[in-house]
Amino acid sequence: MTVHSQGVVTSAPEDAPGRAAGDAHNPPPPTGPNEVLTPSRGRRRLPTGLLPYLLLTPAAVSLLLLLGYPLIRNVILSFQKVNAKELITRKPEWIGFDNYGELLTSSTFWTVVVRSFVFMGTTVLLIMVIGTLLGILLNSLGKAMRLVLSIALLMAWATPIVASVTVFRWLFDEQFGVANWFMRTLGFSGYDQHNWFETGTSTLAIVMVLITWGSIPFVALNMYAGLTTVGAELYEAARMDGASNTRIFRSVVFPILKPFFLITTFLEVIWVFKAFAQVYAMNQGGPDGESQTLPVFAYVIGSGQQQYGVAAAISVLTILILVAAMSFYFRLILKEEDEQ
Amino acid sequence: MSNVSLTASRAKRAKLVGKIGKNVLALCLAVLFLFPVYWMFSSSLKPSSEILTKDPVFVFVPTFEHYPTATGVDRFWTYVANSLTVTIGAVLLALIVALAASFAIARMRFRGRKGIVLAVMLAQMAPWEVMVIAMYMIMRDADLLNSIPTLTVIYFVMVLPFTIWTLRGFIAAVPKELEEAALIDGCSRTQAFFKVIFPLLAPGLMSTSLFGFITAWNEFAMVLILNKDAEAHTLPLWLTQFQTAFGSDWGATMAASSLFTIPVLIVFLFLQRRAVGGMTAGAVKG
Repeated sequence: MTVHSQGVVTSAPEDAPGRAAGDAHNPPPPTGPNEVLTPSRGRRRLPTGLLPYLLLTPAAVSLLLLLGYPLIRNVILSFQKVNAKELITRKPEWIGFDNYGELLTSSTFWTVVVRSFVFMGTTVLLIMVIGTLLGILLNSLGKAMRLVLSIALLMAWATPIVASVTVFRWLFDEQFGVANWFMRTLGFSGYDQHNWFETGTSTLAIVMVLITWGSIPFVALNMYAGLTTVGAELYEAARMDGASNTRIFRSVVFPILKPFFLITTFLEVIWVFKAFAQVYAMNQGGPDGESQTLPVFAYVIGSGQQQYGVAAAISVLTILILVAAMSFYFRLILKEEDEQ
Repeated sequence: MSNVSLTASRAKRAKLVGKIGKNVLALCLAVLFLFPVYWMFSSSLKPSSEILTKDPVFVFVPTFEHYPTATGVDRFWTYVANSLTVTIGAVLLALIVALAASFAIARMRFRGRKGIVLAVMLAQMAPWEVMVIAMYMIMRDADLLNSIPTLTVIYFVMVLPFTIWTLRGFIAAVPKELEEAALIDGCSRTQAFFKVIFPLLAPGLMSTSLFGFITAWNEFAMVLILNKDAEAHTLPLWLTQFQTAFGSDWGATMAASSLFTIPVLIVFLFLQRRAVGGMTAGAVKG
């Protein structure tokens, strides 16, 4: 979730401080005669000079050192040969694009790339479709039921990723898992001691259920919040004008939800594509590396097989893919901001 | 006449059926979403004999026996201490550094302000999970592996952009006139900040730090690659390796998961309202 909870509030709730501080402060007290206020207005521009830069220095230095430098180091590393031997001698060898060449001609790499995209695409599709429908459902429910469903969603959202992974391993346990019991109850055969982690596809399917379960709340509550901005008057006005339900959805609801929908989709694309803990903790990318996605592949090649240069090259390529998704995301956000 | 009322009542009935259907669907979905969390807590409270059964037991006499098993694991309290240190350390550092930075961004005009706002926005999306290899090499070269302070500083940088961004909004929302009034009444800028703005920021600081807490508390990829020594593990790492230590003692595993989850659930309940509000603002305004 945490990946989520962090991304969740990607921005300050611009209106929240007002709400938060609302009780604490009354409207600003009159500051005395106007003549006094006017010159003080001029002070707004006052703290010029070095002060803002001084205030920003600690943040800038930390970010440059521990975010900027690792990013650069990642690129440097991808042009070097750093295996077990070089790790000990601490003398990396420059090999140009060899790591990239090795990757781009390896069938394993391409299998992982295709798998990552299929996995991401399917997961995001599921999250967005179910999440949107749930948001619409939330909007049409009565107060009590909406609260019940929201609490259930919040619980799923709040559960830490590693905890949810252990729970899912337990749900899908070979011997005593509820999932096998459930399949048997539904009348399927072969679920006496079905090993859900036997193949990579099956393992990834469970990871998919896990991520979908944990991400839908974000989308659903987001869509619901978007729908509440539509306002009852708009529906009524449309209905008065004789619009059908489908028409109202197409011409009133959809245009309002569209920006929410697009932005959330890109956020989910980014989050699912870089998901590491869910995939790795579920089965370490196994069996036989068959459930590896790009971030897990990079980790296994690096930390597991001690080919740090190749692993860095995988990271660089993954980051490039993420940057492409992010550029769409930021374009959407900036457009949104312009329109407001 | 009767015909009209008949169709009207039919329409009413259809509406009622639709309403019931919607509520039943919502209830099923609520059960579905709650189930994993419920199953975690209930398994942690079941006697072992009723956990390892082919058909799940739904009614049982709760027992707390699994919790001592979980907390009795070697170094459990070390992991708790490590997790608390990295989390609280990271959040406090981030608050202090972010307060200064966000004040500059929210209240001052200077050259390069736009660029810095953009950089903070971008930094929020940093793909940390994909940068673990480079981070490992850097920390290895500096002999800083298996260190709790290293992890604290990394988590601090992870939560920093978000903290700056959120506090910026909170500070911008404090009316400038309040600060000006304090200045006119003879406060210095520093005094005005600590006496006027800071108290108004308290709720914002609280919720911001709680979101930071959740991020740092749950982090997995960095600690996995950097802290291979068991002494330097944190709770998430311990939890994923619980099975190697406990085999198929699912009761204890679920007790451990529950213990790990409870603080986050409490924080989340606390944040609930703001989470949803902040989320929408986030989705639209980035």
